[in-house]
Amino acid sequence: MQEAMINKAKQLLADGTVNRVIGWKRGEFVYDITPAVFETAEEIDADFVCDDFTAANVSKYLVKESRKEGKILAFLKPCDTYSFNQLVKEHRIVRENVYVVGIPGGPKLDAEKIKAKGITGILGVKNENGTLKIDTLYGEETMPYYEAILGKCETCKSRKHVVYDELLGEEGEVISAEDSGRFDMVEKLENMTAQERYDFWREQLSKCIRCNACRNVCPACTCENCVFDNPASGISNKAAADSFEENMFHIIRAFHVAGRCTDCGECSRVCPQNIPLHLLNRKFIKDINAFYGEYQAGEDTTSRAPLNNYDKDDCEPSIVHERGVE
Amino acid sequence: MLRISIDRADELFAAIAAQQTLYLPADREDGQAEYKKWEEGVKLSGRLNTVRSAKDFFFPQTENLAEFKMEGKKIEVIDVRRESEDFVIFGVRACDARSFGILDKVYLVDPVDTFYQTRREHGTVVTMACTRPAETCFCQTFGIDPTEPEGDVSCWSDGSFYYFKANTDKGQKLLNSLSSLLEDGDTATLDETKAKTKEILAKLPLAKLSTENFGCDKLNEYFSSAKWAELSESCLGCGTCTFVCPTCQCYDIRDFDTGHGIKRFRCWDSCMYSDFTKMAHGNPRLTQLERFRQRFMHKLVYFPANNNGEFGCVGCGRCLSKCPISMNIVKVMKALEEK
Repeated sequence: MQEAMINKAKQLLADGTVNRVIGWKRGEFVYDITPAVFETAEEIDADFVCDDFTAANVSKYLVKESRKEGKILAFLKPCDTYSFNQLVKEHRIVRENVYVVGIPGGPKLDAEKIKAKGITGILGVKNENGTLKIDTLYGEETMPYYEAILGKCETCKSRKHVVYDELLGEEGEVISAEDSGRFDMVEKLENMTAQERYDFWREQLSKCIRCNACRNVCPACTCENCVFDNPASGISNKAAADSFEENMFHIIRAFHVAGRCTDCGECSRVCPQNIPLHLLNRKFIKDINAFYGEYQAGEDTTSRAPLNNYDKDDCEPSIVHERGVE
Repeated sequence: MLRISIDRADELFAAIAAQQTLYLPADREDGQAEYKKWEEGVKLSGRLNTVRSAKDFFFPQTENLAEFKMEGKKIEVIDVRRESEDFVIFGVRACDARSFGILDKVYLVDPVDTFYQTRREHGTVVTMACTRPAETCFCQTFGIDPTEPEGDVSCWSDGSFYYFKANTDKGQKLLNSLSSLLEDGDTATLDETKAKTKEILAKLPLAKLSTENFGCDKLNEYFSSAKWAELSESCLGCGTCTFVCPTCQCYDIRDFDTGHGIKRFRCWDSCMYSDFTKMAHGNPRLTQLERFRQRFMHKLVYFPANNNGEFGCVGCGRCLSKCPISMNIVKVMKALEEK
């Protein structure tokens, strides 16, 4: 696929369809890939990569890139197309300035999961029939391939591209919640007692170092100046002044992206502390589905979002009490 | 050399914890390691390093400096400082151990930061020599030998024993207090372990990374380099690199209105943040390019310029594994060096 993408990129650059290409740039090791904009065929030949570790969603970069001179080619995986569409819907991406080439998605791998096995000195990673063979400074190590799959890919919601100008490879299907198991963990949390759930989140959120990586990578977080960065807001963002603030940052963020979060999973992917932040968003998605009918943010660019809409059949706020609070 | 069988690690930790609070890297559920207060059952992690560095012990992410209470025109200033307790950090790697020296150059020079100083005085650092360096390690670039870590006490492991050597009075005092547990033993197998580690160190992918093209004389050339635009292009402007970094030392001081008084706190700041060093007139670094450049110029040019050539990085590799977009000091160094 990488070769087909490189050829496509060079062709579209050469015929003037686009003047830039956004993709991924290879790093020092096998896994440290950086999203990058390429302007020439030489740059692409030298550094362009698309492999097991190119998990980063490049859609958010297009907010800025689509406002520059000329058209940019963006290679989007199925999950990335949902983010892209949502940003088009919110008038954040200038659609006509982007040439979208859909590419097959994951599953992508997570180097941290390999390292968590105690495997270190990683020089190369190869999947051989379901076994990951890892070349290290200490000799070859192996682990089951599926155990190294990136969290967001484990519960993949769709192999279908919801937007593209051109497609490379075969188109896939939307995966049902039953098949993806996307809401299994949310259900598990729902079935906990209030105290157990509180303890779960306290333990997870207390690991937060307030680095803002989750917010800054989030395609739904594109405010020009976030309330948490505004000193006039009275929020002590840089200091976890108390545990309340630490929790509230994530909960407020989840509320703010509710109905707009496409469940791309980038928040949990980038969290240096492995906090399962996507579960907060998934809870909202699950509830929205239950209260307002199935809705997938980013699926289209025209429908009204359930939380921006009013319908006489909408549930009443009392639903919270009806569902029972411990 | 003084040593104790690793089988007796719990006895050792219990003996230390009986005198002082003991912190050591312990595995978390997700396979990452984090410093934890030792108590019965806590095991020393086998991971190379913790997610957060050991700087937290001397330079915590948030601390209260003072409180103010106002009544009419009277302001009462309350000193909230508590006496620090003695503590031991066990298992600090050579990179983190060197970072304390770098932080000292900032906080223990005039005007001395007494909050930091107190914690330094109360803390005893027991290091742990590395035996399984990772591909992300490049402490050698900064003249650190991970098989000979600094600290109040240096500790080595050969898989069967922990070996100890005191480097300071504080360290000697700690070892003296543990004398009933420690025995003298030969270091033949330890020497083998060290030799094996040194072989790996020579083979590390970043073993050849050098600082020779960095330092104060590069200020103008690098500051105005055209490379920053490309290097900073995908930077998210998050603070991950700065917050996992053992040497990042910038902080912010703010007042928090509690509703019935003011709490003045200090917290880690990040040059990657849009409000970093924001002053009445605004922010001197308007774009992410300038903020990004600040971080690397500080470590590779400004810090050595002000500290006899010492660099503000210890090569621990945390930013290499943790940056969400995998942009880091190694990539920056390599790019700047390229003509």
